Formats: sequence, structure tokens, C-alpha cells
Amino acid sequence: MCVVCGCSQTQRNRAPAHPSRPQGQASPERLLAQAATPASDDAAAPETGPRIDPRSGDLDYGAGAARVSVPGLSQARAIKLEHDILGANDRIAAQNRAHFAAHGVLALNLVSSPGSGKTTLLCATIEALRRRHPALPVAVIEGDQQTAFDAERIRATGAPAIQINTGKGCHLDAPMVAAAFAQLHRHEPEQAHGHSHSHEHEQAHGHSHEQGSGAHGHDHAPAPGHDHAAPSLLFIENVGNLVCPALWDLGERAKVAILSVTEGEDKPLKYPDMFAAARLMILNKIDLLPHVQFDVARCIELARRVNPGIEVLQVSASTGAGLDDWLHWLEHELGHDHDHGHSHDHGAGHSHATEQALRARVAQLEAELAQLRQTVAAPG
Amino acid sequence: MHEASLAGGVLQLVDDCAQREGFARVLELRLEVGQLAGVDVAALRFALDCIAPGTRLEDARIELVETPGQAWCLGCNSRVPIAQRGDPCPACSSYLLEPTGGMELRVLDLQVSDD
Repeated sequence: MCVVCGCSQTQRNRAPAHPSRPQGQASPERLLAQAATPASDDAAAPETGPRIDPRSGDLDYGAGAARVSVPGLSQARAIKLEHDILGANDRIAAQNRAHFAAHGVLALNLVSSPGSGKTTLLCATIEALRRRHPALPVAVIEGDQQTAFDAERIRATGAPAIQINTGKGCHLDAPMVAAAFAQLHRHEPEQAHGHSHSHEHEQAHGHSHEQGSGAHGHDHAPAPGHDHAAPSLLFIENVGNLVCPALWDLGERAKVAILSVTEGEDKPLKYPDMFAAARLMILNKIDLLPHVQFDVARCIELARRVNPGIEVLQVSASTGAGLDDWLHWLEHELGHDHDHGHSHDHGAGHSHATEQALRARVAQLEAELAQLRQTVAAPG
Repeated sequence: MHEASLAGGVLQLVDDCAQREGFARVLELRLEVGQLAGVDVAALRFALDCIAPGTRLEDARIELVETPGQAWCLGCNSRVPIAQRGDPCPACSSYLLEPTGGMELRVLDLQVSDD
């Protein structure tokens, strides 16, 4: 690739698509100067300058690391990159996402401050799900700087869990989640996927077995006649931190932000990136509302300022209040809502708040249009 | 602080580029950081300064280009500038804003030296 404009040079002798230079890529003076520089006896390309053929004296500017000579820029050169800094993480997140989709895994990224009640909520959720949907596999990936306390609490409920310790790190990233998911598969194949995942099974489904793509080492081209895997739920409990995890895509279907009523209703505005990135905000510990100064309406209003489409649920993980609504939300995401008599017909990412906002705006525009029509119809 | 992770990401991009393009060190590095990217520019600069010694970034001049935040306002149907999430529309004061620009976080270009 040409380092000046990024054009590719497939033939060494073809002139590059640069303006104002004839076939030679350098001025005659420069060519002479470089030819005068003693080159080594063998034809190996020096680090800078052309490769010089010792027999003919021919100069090849297409060889060597730079692959082109740019006058005046032999020592320093410009490289146009335009790469996302988070590109590497996002590529793996995309792999994770494809992997989850291919295996019917609903992955949710739970984010919050430390102490909001994520783990308690997860334990209560696992138990409630087991009562309502005993055949639904649920697994958890836990993230903390240190200790395996949370993973142990989850395992005590009977659900498989893998603990990631980030050490000095303040957030989970996509490669960590890929590695943890592979561990889940290795340790609890039945529970993590809801169906046996032996190699015979994979071959029957027509998967290829290239190593290195995704946690299972196979790609996800849809195999004809292959049914989607039975649905399962994967909760990723991120490191308690309302700032950093907002930037790191893990490959989840949605981020769920958990805010407890002991934290103050202004948090959505104080930590806008996190609440903007979340699809759902769960207000937890509502059993404590009589004992704290927490304005629920204002909290929801502030959350909608940074994310007009954010959905909100109010729960108490310890008393179970509101848990039914949370389970309903999960069932909806899993596609289990056929027995609730709903006739939703919307695509992914839809939310009532956005729809309401759009309806209000449409009504406003219709009113303006009606007024304008009247004005036009009755001039003077 | 996640700016430290991001600085590591920048260094990784630089090293990957060096493998492809074959240069020894970076003379100047230009990064684009959107106002709505969720990144503190001063912290990122500090993190880059910290990790640079002993790497291809040592002594590089680092330019951080801040691009302005932009959003589509559903209230007045126009594109408006916003400095941070949670600000109202400067034209109509609505909060029905969908960010459309200023969220970038990327390495734009480098000036490199072969020696």
C-alpha cells in the first residue's frame, strides 16, 4: 500500500496514481544522489532507498519496507490509519454476539455501582426462573477485581458461574467474556447450552471446525435444516463501576443498568454514558423507599434525558416486589411471551418511551399541518 | 481508569501498523476524541505519556483532536450541537436527542520514522 495516499500498487513497475510525477517516482537529482550512495554488494533491499541491481544498476523503489519513494520524506513519512481504538475489542464482541445468536444465548450485561444489589437480584432471578421455567438453562459470568465471592453465591443457587478477576482492571472486555464463556461450556455443557454439545452433535448440524473463531472453534454460517439451539440465558455481571464498562462492548444483547434507591436519583445525569448505553434501568431496593429521600419520578426523568428510549423497572430483590415484571421482560427478550396474550409486533430495540415520544411529535406535526392547510385555503 | 486501557489500545494499533508498514518510531500521532465518546482527554494524554517510554511512541508528539458532539433533536427535527449527554437542545430545549456525532475514538494518522 502506498504510504502517501493509501492506493495499492499491485505491480512494482507501474507508476502510482499520484499527481504531478511522471514515471520516475523521484526527481532525477534524487535518483542520482541515491544511486551514488554505495549500496551493499548483494541485491537485498536496504531499509531506505531503492534496491539496486548490482549487475545492471537498475533501481527498484518498489522493493523494501517503504515500497515507494516519496521525495523529501525518506526518513519520515505519513501513514493514514483511521482505526477505532476500541476496534480490537469490538471485533471480538461481534464474534461473541454472533456466537450467542447462533446458540440461542440471550446475553445481558449487568452494570451498576458496587453494592447496588446485582448479585442478590441475580440469585433471586435464578430462583424465580427455575420455578417458572424449570427447563431454561441459566448461567452467569461474574466480574470483580478480586475474590470469587459472587460466583460462589451464584453456584449456591445451582446455576453455573465463572468468575473473572480483573486484577487492576476496572471493566470486563470482550476477550475476557469469550474466554469465560468457553470455560462455562467446558465445565457445564448441558446447563450452559440446554442441549448436548458433543462433536458428533456439532457435525450433525453441519458446523465446520476451524479453530480460533469464537469460543467453540467453529464458524456460524447457517447450516441448512438446522434448528436454532434451545434458548438459554447468560447474565454477565460486570465489575461494579458506573463509568468504564459503558465503552466496552462484550457482545451482549443489551446492557441493563441497576440503580438502587440508596444511591440518589441524580445518578443517571451524573453518569450519562452508562445510562445512555443501557436499554433497561432497574431501580432496586424499592422496599427501602420509605426510609430514604429518593424521588423516583425525577430519577426516571433524568434517565430519559440522557436516553429517551430507556425502559424502567422497579424491583426489590430481597422482597420480590416487581420481580414478575423483570421476568416478563426477560421472557419477552427470550421470545417466550406467546402465553401472555400479547400482540406486539415490533423489531429489536423498540421501546414504549421512544414510541410515545414519536407519537407525540407526529401529533404535533399533524396539528401544525392542519393549521397551515387552513391558512393556505383561506388567503387574505 | 479506562483511559489506561485505551492508551494500551493505541499502542497496540501503532505496533500492528509498524508490523505492516515497517517503521521504527512514531514522530507524531493524531487521535480523534469525540466530545461524547466518554473519554477524558487530559487523562488519555497522561496515560499515553505514561506508557510511551521504551515503545515506538517514545518522544512522539501527540495531538488530540476533539470533535464536537452532535445530536438529532426529535423535538425540532434538526441537527444540533451538544457538549454532553443530558444537555437540552439549544434550539428548542427538548431532551429528545439522539447523538449522531462526536462519539468517535480513533487514531487518525501518524508521522513515522524508519530509524
